[in-house]
Amino acid sequence: MQATLKPDVATSSAEPVLRVEDLKAYYQMNYFGVTREVRAVDDITLTIQRNEIYGIAGESSSGKSSLIKTIAGAIRPPLRVVAGSVRFDFGGRTLDVYDDPEAMRAARWRHLSYVMQGSMNVLNPVRRVKHAFHDFAVRHMGLSPSAFRARVEAHLEQIGLDPQVLEAYPHQLSGGMRQRLAIGLATVCEPEFIIADEPTTALDVLVQQDVLALIKDVQMRLGSSIIFVTHDMTVHAAIADRIGIIYAGRLVEEGPTQAMFERPQHPYTAHLIASLPRIGDTTRRQSLPGKPPNLADPPSGCRFHPRCPLAVAKCASESPPLLPRGEGRVACWRAGEVAAA
Amino acid sequence: MDGFAKYLARRFLQFILVIFLGVSLAFLITHLSPVDPVEQSVSLMTNFGATDPRSVELLRAALSELYGLQGSFFEQYLAFWGRVLHGDFGPSLSSFPTPVMSLIMGALPWTVGLLTLSVLIAWCLGNLLGALAGYFRSNILLKLSGAAVMALHPVPAYIIGLLLLLTFGFVWPVLPISGGAQMNLQPGFSLVFIGSVIQHGLLPALTLVLVGIGSWFISMRSLVSNIVTDDHVVYAELGGVSSATIFSQYVARNALLPQLTGLALSLGNVFGGAVITEFLFNYPGVGRLLIQGIYSGDYSLVLGVTTMSIVAVAVAVFIIDLVYPLIDPRVRLG
Amino acid sequence: MFSILRDLLRFNVEFLVGFVLTALIFLFAAAHFFAPYPDTAIYLLPPDMPPSAEFWLGTTSRGQDVFWQMSAAIWNTMTFGLVVMILSRIVALAVGMLSGYLGGKADQALMTINDTLIALPNIPILLLVYFVMRDQMTWPLLAVTAALLGWNYDARLIRSVTLSLRNREFTRHAVFAGMSVPQVLVRQHLPYVMPVVFFTAMNNLIWAIGLEVTLSVLGFSDVNRPTVGGMIYWANQHQAAVSGIWWWLVFPIVAVVLLFLGLFLLAISINEYIDPRSRLSRMGG
Repeated sequence: MQATLKPDVATSSAEPVLRVEDLKAYYQMNYFGVTREVRAVDDITLTIQRNEIYGIAGESSSGKSSLIKTIAGAIRPPLRVVAGSVRFDFGGRTLDVYDDPEAMRAARWRHLSYVMQGSMNVLNPVRRVKHAFHDFAVRHMGLSPSAFRARVEAHLEQIGLDPQVLEAYPHQLSGGMRQRLAIGLATVCEPEFIIADEPTTALDVLVQQDVLALIKDVQMRLGSSIIFVTHDMTVHAAIADRIGIIYAGRLVEEGPTQAMFERPQHPYTAHLIASLPRIGDTTRRQSLPGKPPNLADPPSGCRFHPRCPLAVAKCASESPPLLPRGEGRVACWRAGEVAAA
Repeated sequence: MDGFAKYLARRFLQFILVIFLGVSLAFLITHLSPVDPVEQSVSLMTNFGATDPRSVELLRAALSELYGLQGSFFEQYLAFWGRVLHGDFGPSLSSFPTPVMSLIMGALPWTVGLLTLSVLIAWCLGNLLGALAGYFRSNILLKLSGAAVMALHPVPAYIIGLLLLLTFGFVWPVLPISGGAQMNLQPGFSLVFIGSVIQHGLLPALTLVLVGIGSWFISMRSLVSNIVTDDHVVYAELGGVSSATIFSQYVARNALLPQLTGLALSLGNVFGGAVITEFLFNYPGVGRLLIQGIYSGDYSLVLGVTTMSIVAVAVAVFIIDLVYPLIDPRVRLG
Repeated sequence: MFSILRDLLRFNVEFLVGFVLTALIFLFAAAHFFAPYPDTAIYLLPPDMPPSAEFWLGTTSRGQDVFWQMSAAIWNTMTFGLVVMILSRIVALAVGMLSGYLGGKADQALMTINDTLIALPNIPILLLVYFVMRDQMTWPLLAVTAALLGWNYDARLIRSVTLSLRNREFTRHAVFAGMSVPQVLVRQHLPYVMPVVFFTAMNNLIWAIGLEVTLSVLGFSDVNRPTVGGMIYWANQHQAAVSGIWWWLVFPIVAVVLLFLGLFLLAISINEYIDPRSRLSRMGG
């Protein structure tokens, strides 16, 4: 189990670094007279504190990637924000992502950076690696070219990379090196907030361990907050402080990691935890009945009710609100009745 | 460097293969036709007046030797290769006794100059407009210019050339519509001559540019709108990199790679457009030479020009193949 | 299939315009079957008459009615284009699908030949063929030659589609079920390849018609048969531009430009519909 041993990072305020309120982002498509609305992010409210790693878990096409992109302000039509807000607090100044694109652009990388899924291809294939650092970071640092170069090299050494990689082209580096490079690039300006979208999914297990250790180390040194998205619960167990479970575009449970694993309160969370392999345990894992929900035409009431073992009549007609319960929040009419794993 | 050497070797082999196949094709076409070129030429020449049978016989023998039609099929094939490698296609019948090769050499600079200029302008301009239109999708000006360029795309070269000729030759006669330079000028590097060359080259070049720009615009625009969704571009936007930098370094540079390959593939067609344009504007290049040769039944000239144009296009393709690694580090460094 | 057609007509402006233009020209060309004068007759009517109520588009210096000549000309030109298109599709399909499916050495060999042929300049070779055939040159022969020069680029496209299909599961199932190579190609893969084939077919048709016009304009075809290029050829022979007989030149040019625009709009609108990525960007608006 994970023990939170973080140095007490003195901050200018106790304000949460990210506030998402009633956020709704839909894919709105109109083609050949047929209108479709896919509700990828459907009324999500969450806050993230300073110096915290928040894990977002959920199955594929649950809407978690859309949520991340919306938080980062990186959405394109047909995905649009329909309601709600995303606000960052960087050093006392509030920044509304969708209100002020210019300020947002200035804040990018200095205060908010991103580690992408499949970091194999995030670097420009026709230019050397050093140009990526230049394009992303030089305008924030205000250093002379040689001082900037020295700073980048020192930073790379700290994360275990030979500064010579700056002169290479991306295709000359291995997958693991490129992943480390991506993390190095995302942290070079020491941002307050890092979004990591499935950074370990495409890697083999050994490299995965390496990268996770690196992320933890960097986070502890910088005191940044991280949103870490992955469907792999074991990764969350390894590094997340708090976890939020997304199902069908909605947040169904949220809480400290240990509590989530030992005392899940939502039937879906309970299923996720129960399906993890455990050494010595040879009982068969049950799969959930039914199919993943169609976000263009989601089930009425609680989105999970067609597949829920505890569903009753109320679940089909009324959607449960996300309310504080125990050590976190949960959205279930029968939250107290979920048996522990 | 190992990957680079392999790349070069492959492209060089392809170059040799193209020349081999092309020249053989030219040989096959001329030697497998049911029409005897000697008889054709003889009947053309005897049209101009009565000639006695003995002269006709001598003519037949001379032409037979001239056209390399002696010996077995295979012997003729080898002899043909010998002539190609020596660059000797014999004298031109319509401009007797000027050798075909010197006619070609005189006309080649005009064609090379015209084509190089027009192709470069069409490729660069078409790609630039297409990239801008693909990246800045909502710009009205780009959309309009895109529509104009695309409207030109399907129209054949002759029609565009004819329209330009009618417009600038008859309706608003400001540009010369015939010749490569003014006739009474001394060729050389004098300012007057060069000025005249440019003036006469404007309409043919404009025709070729208008003919070619459409396809580059369309392909570049579609390439760019796909590249914009690529990981490295999205990442750069997440990194707050400026639009100008993203456009030039992340999008355009990557889109140019397939466009360069496309350029090499299009050179065969481009040459065809030049032939028609030169004929239309009476421009003294190899295209006009070819058509004149066909009109006057000049067998050696037609064969010579066709063969040399195959070689010229192959060389141009090979040059582009050499340039490609300079732009794509993945090929250069393996 | 018809529902797709109906949707495209209703919602895609480019398709609608292209469809209307092409249909109009086609109907115009089909009218020549009802022409009051034979196609190849010359000096039948008073020459050089400007457009009037009696001769809607005027008459030529050779005593032909421009309207009916154009009708027959467009029909012949389009027929030529269609023949080239069909023949070259067959070759492109055969080579592309075989190459993509067989893979390995066969694929490499076929593609090397393909790439070599792409690099050859088409017009000089076509002109050479015309030159050596001279009076024995008929339009079917020209069509075959053009078809043999026009399949290379498209064969590559078809090959890449087939390559991606080869590794899909349903192909393996078909092979296990005992389907032979031709059966797999025709019954399993062909439906996926057809959209690409259609798009390249339209492009090829445009190219072939352009080729026909170009060759005829230069006089390198049977100039007694009415074709669009032939009309312009004769107009040039009779110096129509200088003599002010503009109707002989302008109307055929306008008609052929409209035909090209129509076909082109059809091609790009269908291609945009087929390509899933462009469809996605259109959906977002």
